[in-house]
Amino acid sequence: MSIAVDQAPRRARLALRFGAFPVMTAGLVLAMLYSISAGRFEVPMARIVEILWARVWDFSGSPETMDERIVELVRLPRVLLAALSGAALAVGGAALQGVFRNPLVSPQVLGISQGGAFGGAMAILLGFHGVVLLGMSFVFGLAALVLVGLLARINGRTEILTVILAGMVVGAFFAALVSVLQFLADPNSSLPAIVYWLMGSFSTATWARLGLALPGMVLGLGIVWLLRYRLNLLALEETEARSLGVNPDRERWFIFIAATMMTGTSVAVAGVIGWIGLVVPHAARLIVGEDHRRLIPASALLGAAYLVLIDTLARTLTASEIPLSVLTALIGAPVFAVLLRQHFKRAWQS
Amino acid sequence: MIGVSEASLHFGTLRVFEALSMDVPLGRTTAILGPNGRGKTTLLRCMLGFQPLDQGRRHAPAIVGYVPQHGASQAKLSGLDVVTMGSAARLGLFGQPGPDDTEAARAALVQVGACSLADLRYDRMSGGQRQMILIARALATGSDALVLDEPTSALDLGNQARTLGLIAMLNRARDRAVVFTTHDPNHALAVADDVVLMMPGGAVVQGPVAQMITPDLMAELYGVPMHWVRPDGPRGRMAMLPEFTGKDALCA
Repeated sequence: MSIAVDQAPRRARLALRFGAFPVMTAGLVLAMLYSISAGRFEVPMARIVEILWARVWDFSGSPETMDERIVELVRLPRVLLAALSGAALAVGGAALQGVFRNPLVSPQVLGISQGGAFGGAMAILLGFHGVVLLGMSFVFGLAALVLVGLLARINGRTEILTVILAGMVVGAFFAALVSVLQFLADPNSSLPAIVYWLMGSFSTATWARLGLALPGMVLGLGIVWLLRYRLNLLALEETEARSLGVNPDRERWFIFIAATMMTGTSVAVAGVIGWIGLVVPHAARLIVGEDHRRLIPASALLGAAYLVLIDTLARTLTASEIPLSVLTALIGAPVFAVLLRQHFKRAWQS
Repeated sequence: MIGVSEASLHFGTLRVFEALSMDVPLGRTTAILGPNGRGKTTLLRCMLGFQPLDQGRRHAPAIVGYVPQHGASQAKLSGLDVVTMGSAARLGLFGQPGPDDTEAARAALVQVGACSLADLRYDRMSGGQRQMILIARALATGSDALVLDEPTSALDLGNQARTLGLIAMLNRARDRAVVFTTHDPNHALAVADDVVLMMPGGAVVQGPVAQMITPDLMAELYGVPMHWVRPDGPRGRMAMLPEFTGKDALCA
């Protein structure tokens, strides 16, 4: 009896779940088009499509008119970088939440972002940019994660709670080290560079920078995408997962490295952008459910659209650009609070 | 088929078992009995290879169908999704379950008689329904060794009977090695061929069910007097009950 009653809402849910992907993809494309069109110099969407279409057929030519130059050299790389970073941060968060079986985990909670920030700030202080900055972000992000892993491993066992506490400790430690770097930095040159970079922005996005970010992010996204079913199994109890032929320790490290690659790269090209890895997977979970085979692509699409829109707001709301982390926190914190309440209300009701 | 030979395990000064050799061959069902905290689950974990032995070795197929005591409790997935996880070992690191795996999962659900649970969400199922799903998942691994950790402990009487019936049914064709832990000697009587008793103090005795489930051994195992009863009349089946100590006796 109860099974028959359950069928109707299930069908509705299924329709929502399978219809959700075309809607999210369309939403992402629209968000990107809107973002390219919006700004002090407004380009109509039809004109953007026309410019991009022409470029598809004549890849070798260079932009000539003002609107072509704005679309192709300024806004398109910026929007693509924002979309890629949004997807990477959201997928990184979703994957880490799956591994730790805890929806409150994110690259920031584990100290990866702070480690990456320290690496990047150090690079700026030493006068490095580009690949070195990216490399140092990744290395120190990974160092933070390894430190968390070592601190949390007590008597050969790694408990979730100790991981999160160790993440807080390591995150605070690297945040303090960043402050030390700021204290040491030249107040006229490197200090403002570090501070502004830390606040997060895509204002310096270029095709070259996109090319720099592409390998790390695509590799990270690819690894998580390939392991999406494994994430369902990693959410099981350790013994249970092992009995199904899963090697949790090894597979967790694949996820950790992929998440660090994505977070480190995103920190290197756009500074520390918080909240995406926490808020977006939650929203995706409400739409497509907990199965990582749907959750990972949904997080990527939503994360990309979300950060593109946030970046558009950041550069169009006021005359000067608002730092991204300010906006993601202002929007993310209340949204997260509401999502969390709904989540637990539902959990209590069911 | 599945078991341990010359196996010893100690936790500090506590002896869990010493020089234990036990084997569950294909076609047999073995019940492991013992008081709380004696190490029944630990012995299962040793057989599964999750708990290293101090000495001796385990023998088991590469994949064993394992039914944990509390499994997948967080999973907000459908029953079919949980059963399909049984094919994970065949998929490899980057594999995704395909139509064949779904088909195997459906076949396992048919085998345990739980087709109606395929589309229900696992986290909304009752304890009995979850047990069916976890047993189906163990079958979907395709292994002929099945290990169940206290499959009846969290279930009401009706679901206990259904689960025991299922365990008996699974080995009717005598083509599996089944081992399970339980607190109730009557469950061993109902479905087991052999019994392993983990006695207080570290000794382990084993043998055919008829020789092991006796009032004397059970009284020694659980520390209370035990008696045979015949619920179906003088010629009916036998069941074993402890001598209940009433409130009065405790206060006296």
